[in-house]
Amino acid sequence: MTTPEIAQPRSSTRAVSLKGGGRNRSGQTNFELYSWLFMRLSGLALVVLVLGHLFVNLMLGGGITALDFGFVAGKWANPLWQVWDLLMLWLAMLHGTNGLRTITNDYAEKDQTRFWLKALLITASIVIVVLGTLVIFTFDPCLDPSSTLSVCSK
Amino acid sequence: MWSWVAHRITGVGIFFFLLVHVLDTALVRVSPAAYNEVIGTYKNPIIGLLEVGLVAAILFHAFNGIRLILVDFWAKGPRYQRQMMIGVGVVWVVLFVPFVIRHLSHVFGG
Ligand code: HEM
Repeated sequence: MTTPEIAQPRSSTRAVSLKGGGRNRSGQTNFELYSWLFMRLSGLALVVLVLGHLFVNLMLGGGITALDFGFVAGKWANPLWQVWDLLMLWLAMLHGTNGLRTITNDYAEKDQTRFWLKALLITASIVIVVLGTLVIFTFDPCLDPSSTLSVCSK
Repeated sequence: MWSWVAHRITGVGIFFFLLVHVLDTALVRVSPAAYNEVIGTYKNPIIGLLEVGLVAAILFHAFNGIRLILVDFWAKGPRYQRQMMIGVGVVWVVLFVPFVIRHLSHVFGG
């Protein structure tokens, strides 16, 4: 008995045998393949970024009781945490938005409904990513002139 | 099947939490007082328990996600489906239990 040959999912030989033309025939792009790959790569990065974030903010020190403006100012005084949070924001938002796009495609059957749900999703995501990015880049620990944080007393 | 449903539900839940979380953190650009006030309203047992639920969801989604990635990319992944599912459960418990103990002792003033 010989084992039948089964191609890897999404491999070009399989695409050829299934569709008789490979993936990039006219009008088709690799978007879904890249989106599939992105979900996995961003997922791996997010394990470190998100679990690290939760560990530092909720487990170390006073945990939730220690969270306040001064705590945020202390973290963002360090470029490592600025980059960490920026990466986490972008990757989590792209990953989550792309995941919701898939779910919308799965459940919203009417073209109109799908279009408007995705328009809403993408608008909301852009607003949140832009807002979050601006907050990280323009953060000012001495926003309040009467601040008692040590960085603000010269 | 159930793990796929759970992966979806946790993914959606985390996403909507994230939208709110970016908005509340954005208050650091408004004023320290505004930020502290809103974060202060989170420091109560009800939100504390919701946070436990959020972390439960994130831990499941993260490690079930790693399992999905291994099924897709590791040649032997599909063969070890069952073992990996158990692995997800074990890692989940090992990380979740210490978290709950620590977090709830903060929430309920330990
Ligand atoms: C912590 C590390 C994470 C890992 C390892 C991970 C892994 C994954 C993987 C591999 C998928 C793809 C499932 C598929 O294509 O069938 C996925 C889907 C998804 N993820 Fe994540 N993820 C993580 C964090 C997040 C975060 C932070 C969010 C929310 C902002 C999120 C929201 C979603 C959503 C909505 C889906 C779509 C579910 C579906 O299509 O059924 N994930 N995740």
